[in-house]
Order: sequence, then structure tokens, then C-alpha cells
Amino acid sequence: MNVTPDLDHRFREAALREGLIDVRYDIVDSPVGELFVAATDRGLARISYFPDGMEETVARTFGVRVLRSPLDDVRRELDEYFEGKRRDFDLRLDLRVAPFHADVLAQLARVPYGQTETYGALAAKAGRPKAARAVGTVMNRNPIPIVLPCHRIVGANGSLTGYAGGLDVKLQLLQLEGAMLG
Amino acid sequence: MQAEIPPFERFYVEHRDEVLGYLRRLLGQRAEDAWQETFLRALRAYDRLQHARNLRSWVFTIATNVAMDELRVKPKPPVDEVPVTEIRRDAFRELEHLTGDLPPTERAAVVLRYGYDLPYAQIADALGSSEEAARAAASSGVRRLRRTHERHA
Repeated sequence: MNVTPDLDHRFREAALREGLIDVRYDIVDSPVGELFVAATDRGLARISYFPDGMEETVARTFGVRVLRSPLDDVRRELDEYFEGKRRDFDLRLDLRVAPFHADVLAQLARVPYGQTETYGALAAKAGRPKAARAVGTVMNRNPIPIVLPCHRIVGANGSLTGYAGGLDVKLQLLQLEGAMLG
Repeated sequence: MQAEIPPFERFYVEHRDEVLGYLRRLLGQRAEDAWQETFLRALRAYDRLQHARNLRSWVFTIATNVAMDELRVKPKPPVDEVPVTEIRRDAFRELEHLTGDLPPTERAAVVLRYGYDLPYAQIADALGSSEEAARAAASSGVRRLRRTHERHA
């Protein structure tokens, strides 16, 4: 006895309407592979390049009432970004990170489209000029890559250093944005 | 280590089909509304769950309560003194199509026991009764099915 797509859809709608969901998520196709995207009532909470097991991860942070459901705004803005039609995102974010991470991510959000910044410079902007390594850790744990553009942060010598989605994806995003790469 | 409570999505996907099947047997055409109500009730309680044990019988319990509400009966099976009647699952398959004619509590007990293989302790939880009463309800249901089957044979 299988639940029809229509019945399934009605249940998911009712659950959201009643406000019973801690976090909803969707899997979005993109030129850099499938992306796991998750949002709470407060805003976009997570983007991951590795969807496997992410339901459990977001359940631990945001609550066990996790439900798959289309996130149309997020999908649309990501599509526009990957088509080169969008330079900035207009999405509310729900960041649950430690204060230092929040400071660094706030500065990261201001790095303009198509430009790169070094770890050290970002550390300085966050008021911790000697914390380049710690900034590397913040980038590494960035809960919302792409929208919070950690792909724009590079090493002091211009090398790409690292990226959660892989260096090839970092390069692809920077090329999409027309960044000048040293 | 205690098993972590799964994200609701996993719990839902794992149980949605069998719960619908169960409610169809109890309620026929009215099953869809009851099915949605079952998972909404589960969701309302889900963040207060203390552990991940017996989630399957937990959702069958909710489904049974919703069905009993729908049928406007109290899930209190009569306890009688007749010896317990059990049948094998393959024997049940021949009688399965007749379960729609059983009184609601017997129907729930029989379907949970033979259709979904739940132990009596969990059927008792689902019916809000003692294990003895759950056994009696399933047993009485099986005898009733047999009588009906013989009449039709």
C-alpha cells in the first residue's frame, strides 16, 4: 500500500502550515553537483556539497523534526547565481555559530562578487590580524558555502589552498564570477 | 550507547506506506485523512520522544487511536475466558480479506498481530489495554474470521 505523491504532498504541506517543522531541506541540482540546502523559520541554515547523512547533521543542530520540502527561494537564487545573473543573495540566514565565527562570517559576506581576499586580510577585518589560521578553520566549517562566499578567500601567495567542495569547485566558482586569479 | 532519534523524514519514509496499509484495513476509504492525522500527531509529539526504541509500534499506536476515534469506539477489547486461538501467518492470508467485518478492536488486534507481526505487548500499547486483553481480542477476532470463512466456504 504505497502513499501516492499527492497524499505525501498534502501531508508535507499540512506539517509546514501547522509550524511543526524545525528544519526543512531539499536537494538541489547545480553545475557543481547536488547540493543539500536546509532552512529554518529564521532563514537559510545550511548548504552542503555532500547530501549523505545531512538529515542527521541538521537534526542535531536545529531539532529532530526534519522534513524534506522544496525551498523555492533558495533554489531560484542559486540557479540565478550559477547562470551568472545574480551577484548577491537576498536570503535571510540562520547562523548558529560561535561569536568569533559569526564575526568572521559577517566580514566574509562583504567580500564582493568576483574578488578574492586573503585569510590574513579577512582576519584583520574581523579584528584579529594574527588569526589567519583560525579564519581558515572558520572557512572550513562555513555552514552556508556559496552564499557566504568562502570560495573567495585564498592564500597569501594567491594559491587556492582548500575548499569543502574541492579545489576544482572553488576554481569553477571563481571563474564563473570572473575573478582574476594570480 | 542509545540509538539517536532519527530525523523525522527518515521515520516518516520508513513507516508511511505500512501505516496507510494498516488504516485501509481498519477504515477502508476513510483511511487517507486518518493517515495524515496519524503523522501529524506523530510530528506534534516527535520532539518530546525520549528514545528511539519501538518507533514502529509507537506509530501503529497513534494510527490505532486515530482509527478508533474515527470509528467512535473505545479501544477496550472484551476479555473472555475462551482459550487463546492462534493461527499461522499463511493461514491468516486466507482469512485476511474478511477482516473488514470484524469489530474495530478485534480488527486492529488481528491485523497488527498477523498482518504486521507486532508482539502482544506492543499491540496492548496500541490498543491502550493489557497484554491479556490484546491477546483475547486477537484470539476472538481469529475465531470470528474462521466462523465467517466456514459460512462462506
